[in-house]
Amino acid sequence: MSAEWTQSGAEILLRALKDQGVEVIFGYPGGAVLPIYDALFKQNAIRHVLVRQEGGAVHAAEGYARSTGKVGVVLVTSGPGATNAVTGLVDALMDSIPVVCLTGQVPTHLIGNDAFQEADTTGITRPATKHNYLVKRAEDLARVVHEAFYVARSGRPGPVVIDLPKDIVINPAPYAEPAVQHPSYRPRTEPDLGQIAKAVTLMKQAKRPMIYAGGGVINAGPAASEALTKLARITGFPITNTLMGLGCYPASDPQFLGMLGMHGTYEANLAMHGCDMLLAIGARFDDRVTGRLNAFSQHSQKIHIDIDGSSINKNVPVEVPIIADAGKALNALLAAWQASDEPTDKPALASWWRQIDEWRGKQSLKFTQDMQRGGIIKPQYAIQRLFEITRARGKEVFITTEVGQHQMWAAQHFHFEQPNHWMTSGGLGTMGYGLPAAMGVQIAHPDACVIDIAGEASILMNIQEMGTLAQYRLPVKVFILNNQYMGMVRQWQELLHGSRYSETYSAALPDFVKLADAFHATGMRAHSVDELDSVINAMLDCPTAVIADIAVDQAENCFPMIPSGAAHNEMLLGPEHEASGAGVTDAGMALV
Amino acid sequence: MVDVMPTTTDTTQRSATISVLVDNEAGILARVVGLFSGRGYNIDSLTVAPVDAGGLYSRMNIVTSGTSMVIEQIKAQIDRLVPVHRVADLTMDGPHVARELALVKVIGTGEQRVEAMRIADTFRARVVDTTLGSFVFELTGNTDKIDAFIELMRDLGLAEVSRSGIAALARGTRVI
Ligand SMILES: Cc1cc2nc3c(=O)[nH]c(=O)nc-3n(C[C@H](O)[C@H](O)[C@H](O)COP(=O)(O)OP(=O)(O)OC[C@H]3O[C@@H](n4cnc5c(N)ncnc54)[C@H](O)[C@@H]3O)c2cc1C
Ligand SMILES: Cc1ncc(C[n+]2csc(CCOP(=O)(O)OP(=O)(O)O)c2C)c(N)n1
Ligand SMILES: [Mg+2]
Repeated sequence: MSAEWTQSGAEILLRALKDQGVEVIFGYPGGAVLPIYDALFKQNAIRHVLVRQEGGAVHAAEGYARSTGKVGVVLVTSGPGATNAVTGLVDALMDSIPVVCLTGQVPTHLIGNDAFQEADTTGITRPATKHNYLVKRAEDLARVVHEAFYVARSGRPGPVVIDLPKDIVINPAPYAEPAVQHPSYRPRTEPDLGQIAKAVTLMKQAKRPMIYAGGGVINAGPAASEALTKLARITGFPITNTLMGLGCYPASDPQFLGMLGMHGTYEANLAMHGCDMLLAIGARFDDRVTGRLNAFSQHSQKIHIDIDGSSINKNVPVEVPIIADAGKALNALLAAWQASDEPTDKPALASWWRQIDEWRGKQSLKFTQDMQRGGIIKPQYAIQRLFEITRARGKEVFITTEVGQHQMWAAQHFHFEQPNHWMTSGGLGTMGYGLPAAMGVQIAHPDACVIDIAGEASILMNIQEMGTLAQYRLPVKVFILNNQYMGMVRQWQELLHGSRYSETYSAALPDFVKLADAFHATGMRAHSVDELDSVINAMLDCPTAVIADIAVDQAENCFPMIPSGAAHNEMLLGPEHEASGAGVTDAGMALV
Repeated sequence: MVDVMPTTTDTTQRSATISVLVDNEAGILARVVGLFSGRGYNIDSLTVAPVDAGGLYSRMNIVTSGTSMVIEQIKAQIDRLVPVHRVADLTMDGPHVARELALVKVIGTGEQRVEAMRIADTFRARVVDTTLGSFVFELTGNTDKIDAFIELMRDLGLAEVSRSGIAALARGTRVI
């Protein structure tokens, strides 16, 4: 503990960041943070990446965080800098991504005065963050920074804002080491062994078991994914992942039923519907997953492992709640399963698998690609080829996405074997997430292949970040499935609003090849199926950033689909299948 | 630590008195109130004040209502706020005492005034201010008692009411 006041607040801030292991900050300067930028200029330990809009900084920090397991760090100025960051903060909050966002603020004596570029940042970001701080005394500065990192990464991770008045960063401040223990925030991570025993009893007795694993397993670190894989193998249970959980279980494994939920596979959703024991791990029973709640997995006894007590019994009541870190709980389950001599019902499990394989036989993700010269590219096929070609090349691949149909097709047709390689905006569904997120991933993994699977509408939301790619020579590949529509919205209009395509045509699109050129990147285009592979290969061979504009079938819809307000067994299958499902009810029309 | 949770889908509404021990810092009230408004929970009454010699901690007492699943959710949501040390549902955890204070202004003369005074006596309300045409009564008790008193004053010149919201503690040796 050094209590001398020999360094400025800005220097103390950077020292605390360094002690927290920060290597890179995504930011954008302005008046209120000038002293911090001055201190950054005078040091080399921490790298600063200049984005083109503050919203991009937060998504970049999210991509960095999700692909490394570290805390992402953002620095923005007061007022408009802070307000531009808000969407990214809410995105990180919804998807449990650890981010620390430093915001400039007017000097303490001007706070509340409608000063130039003043915004009530702590007020605005209170419901947008896991926690936020306004530093009003120099003595608090170092402690608050350490605390912010602890809060961002502990328990259920999330974004934390530190609002820094200009005088606080200019004036001298004392340093303080990270505290040993936080006074109030100490989330529970160890499972209750009595509950683990109860869980194992339910699992052993199950005739139709099902594992439903989500983003919390990824939050718990790669070891948790390994423990999950072991548990699934040792029990022989089928397993599904949420959109956020993809990669926490190897997609190539025969026990994997694919993603569940609104655009999940037939087998995953029917297995959820029909199971008699549901083991949920780090998944929050989101409405995209459950469909109509009163019809959701009605005949199962449920075990729910989550580090956040508020995720348990929120939407779906469960028999065995376990508040714990997913990794620790999975290890405890493994140990208890192995120690128990209770028998399992092997014949029942075998007949459950026969049923699942029958559902699988439906091939709910099936599509037909016209392979003739000039054939229109099916978006699913574009993703499938992207997956096959990148896998054949063997280089490590990270995928980010924007939001829409392309995101769902990516989730369905790109397959992940490891955690932390799939970055998507699930909870908030933020168009414009994918490009800056890819930027953050590429900063963290300079040698890897980072691809943003995009829609032509979403990509325009943060297209300015192409400038950042150029400045830092980040060879991110933007793979646009260009259907000339806000396809996901158009799909709902087709299915629910009599094909009245109100304002969903992507009119006056830029020429993406020229746009790439203008941003010092390489542009390429595939018009038809015969051009697809060569464009994908050229994109992957290209040493610079690329925008690949892939013209895809404008009319294609994303199936399977559980319409809002419907149950898992009422899912709509695509045109490849005979009519199915119950359609949308009036109550369902009101849902999003 | 909010731990064992009931798993009922019972839709009957109940009232809950929730006490929360928090860091006494700027913004904590906004955090808790914002949580309630943002998630659509009810606040029937709310009190907050520092409760230790050093002024480091405040206690909030919140009266809310909902199904038992919602009330468990409210507790869990409060519990995960960073500056929150402890949360207890006094209604569920066993017997507790809850009291509030009300100041009640009654304006009137003659027989009305005499009757107001008589009723105040039976309720053990104190007169804390008086003029020839008015009284301010001070009354403490549980919410029902205060409601009853105010109801009776309605015909006797009730002019204004100011209530503190409830303060509550578990009975016996239990502490939050
Ligand atoms: C257009 C669109 C369509 C979508 N369609 C689907 C769909 O079909 N299917 C689908 O699944 N999703 C879909 N989503 C995403 C959906 O909205 C949710 O974001 C997603 O289902 C939530 O995933 P999750 O349950 O894994 O929870 P997450 O949001 O990843 O939350 C993680 C949970 O784990 C807990 N946790 C965190 N850390 C730990 C830890 N260390 N240990 C234990 N627990 C921990 C958290 O408390 C939380 O409860 C869609 C999104 C969009 C934008
Ligand atoms: C910031 C933001 N605004 C609006 C939406 C609503 N929305 C969801 S998907 C979508 C269309 C996306 O179009 P595109 O990027 O072309 O993807 P596609 O569905 O065509 O693959 C819209 C407008 C959103 N998710 N995010
Ligand atoms: Mg589109």
